[in-house]
Amino acid sequence: MSGIVKDQKYRNRQKYKDALITTFIAIFAVVWMIPILWTFWTSLRPYSDIIQKGVFSRPDTLNLRNYADAYRLMNIWEYLSNSFIVAIPAVFLTLFFGSLIAFVVTRYSFKFNLYLLLLFTAGNLLPVQLVYAPLFKMYIWIGDLVGNRNILYDSYLGVILIHVALQVGFATFVMSSYMKTIPKEISESAMVDGASVFRHYWNVILPLLRPPLAALSVLMTTWIYNEFFWAIVLIKSDNKRPITSALGRLQGEFVTDFNLLAAGAIMAALPTLIIFFILKRQFVSGLTLGSTKG
Amino acid sequence: MTTTATKVKTRRRRAFTRKDILTLSLFIGVPTFLHVFWVWIPAISTIGLSFTFWNGVKLSDIKWAGLANYNTVFTASPQFYDALQNNTYWLLWFTSIATPLGVLLAYQVDRAIRGHKIYESVYYIPVVLSLAVIGIIWRFMLGPAGLVQVLLGHPGIEDAIPIFGNYSINTYVILGIASWRHIGYIMLLYLAGLKSVDPSLREAAAIDGATEWQTFRKIVLPAMAPVNTIIIVITVIESLRAFDLIYIIYGTSTGWPILGMLVFVNIYGQAASMLGAAYAVILFLLSIIPIVFYLRTVFREDIK
Repeated sequence: MSGIVKDQKYRNRQKYKDALITTFIAIFAVVWMIPILWTFWTSLRPYSDIIQKGVFSRPDTLNLRNYADAYRLMNIWEYLSNSFIVAIPAVFLTLFFGSLIAFVVTRYSFKFNLYLLLLFTAGNLLPVQLVYAPLFKMYIWIGDLVGNRNILYDSYLGVILIHVALQVGFATFVMSSYMKTIPKEISESAMVDGASVFRHYWNVILPLLRPPLAALSVLMTTWIYNEFFWAIVLIKSDNKRPITSALGRLQGEFVTDFNLLAAGAIMAALPTLIIFFILKRQFVSGLTLGSTKG
Repeated sequence: MTTTATKVKTRRRRAFTRKDILTLSLFIGVPTFLHVFWVWIPAISTIGLSFTFWNGVKLSDIKWAGLANYNTVFTASPQFYDALQNNTYWLLWFTSIATPLGVLLAYQVDRAIRGHKIYESVYYIPVVLSLAVIGIIWRFMLGPAGLVQVLLGHPGIEDAIPIFGNYSINTYVILGIASWRHIGYIMLLYLAGLKSVDPSLREAAAIDGATEWQTFRKIVLPAMAPVNTIIIVITVIESLRAFDLIYIIYGTSTGWPILGMLVFVNIYGQAASMLGAAYAVILFLLSIIPIVFYLRTVFREDIK
């Protein structure tokens, strides 16, 4: 009897606490959104409106003029396409290479398997600053060697390759932990049937890898799209810049035209926001596969 | 009969044809070549270069310097200690405040409090934005004529209070912006891990009359031990790697120096100095501990 009363008391107290926690999280969620909403709001108003009447004034006009202007004046489309020219092949190659290594490491028992996994995973965690100077020099030397200085430096190819080289570690790690959950019998029957290594990979394993491939492609597209360091260091020509490093320059050029800049920033954010809202489940499962093994 | 059959089977399974050996070598060789040549060889070269004087132009100009660069870093570069201090602030703030907040948030969202689906998205949105966009967004908040300036009663561009240039507050401001992104990231990572905790454990705790806080501390945290390690390690590595946000706010002016930026400013541009390599090696040495922890946690079964 007294046990039930005590239970009731606990439950009531927990109810109050829950209400408090929920309110707290809700208030914070609003605070969390303010910077983005404010930028969006700014992007809808003409600059002259704000200058004349102040930031908090009721707007006379709300329209997408700034977007049209930013699109035209800032060459947003060119920078956005540069971003995708880098991100799409980079993600594709990263996943392909990652699946190859993960396949060999989990389906065959070579002595070097563990070392290979450690090498790739550790390489993924190195600070990029450690790689930067020699890689930069290497790109220029390779360029001079083949007689075209811009083959890797100041080219999409160079940026794509360093992204692949760094990220393949994460892809390998995620896919190999996923592959360990695929029963060994599937591989054994393939081998007994006399399938070649290539057929074993292509016809048996690769189709089973669809879930981690989907999750990783979403996660990595946003990572590489948002990447910043290599875009500053390796791309010199403005017309080859991806949107992230281009925004840095535009910020200097359009420093007084807030509303245009706001529209540019929102446009730069749109691709990742759209990917996130459409493929939210892939995001979560990508992180799940990466953070908890097996 | 049966024994010979299994023998044939195992032999056929073990022996690779010549084509298979070629396939396997390519499967391993191509990605490994790219990874080693693009990541490890440059990384090791940086360690070597940190013991030399070089302006970064011709290979023949490289001169042995011994520990001279490190000597300069430790004895003649006050910026180094500022950077070390700022990285430490970053690390302490992230490990003691931002990461725990992200974990608690994940726990609440996982309990399916009202509106949890919305909160999950709201808190994660800053994570999918690039830091270039984040830099601009926060400039609209804190910069001249920004929302915060207006709220503080300084709406004009001329009478704006310098926030990023004010040394008594800029550390808090930067860590606040960084947390805006980090908390959502940790939340989603932890949320992913929480899904794997057996729900019956928590139900049992609830029946025994444990409060939510007790359940979290005594049931969930211990069950999440490997994920906890990974999250702490990610936090440490992120704190050491910090670069983008500072570059977006201060450019190369080192208005708020951190190690990642000191590497960059010493190497980028015309007059490279191998002081930058020495900074990179120091950054690397600091990163080794969390990297080893990470590898030991995620590969603990394989290493045994």
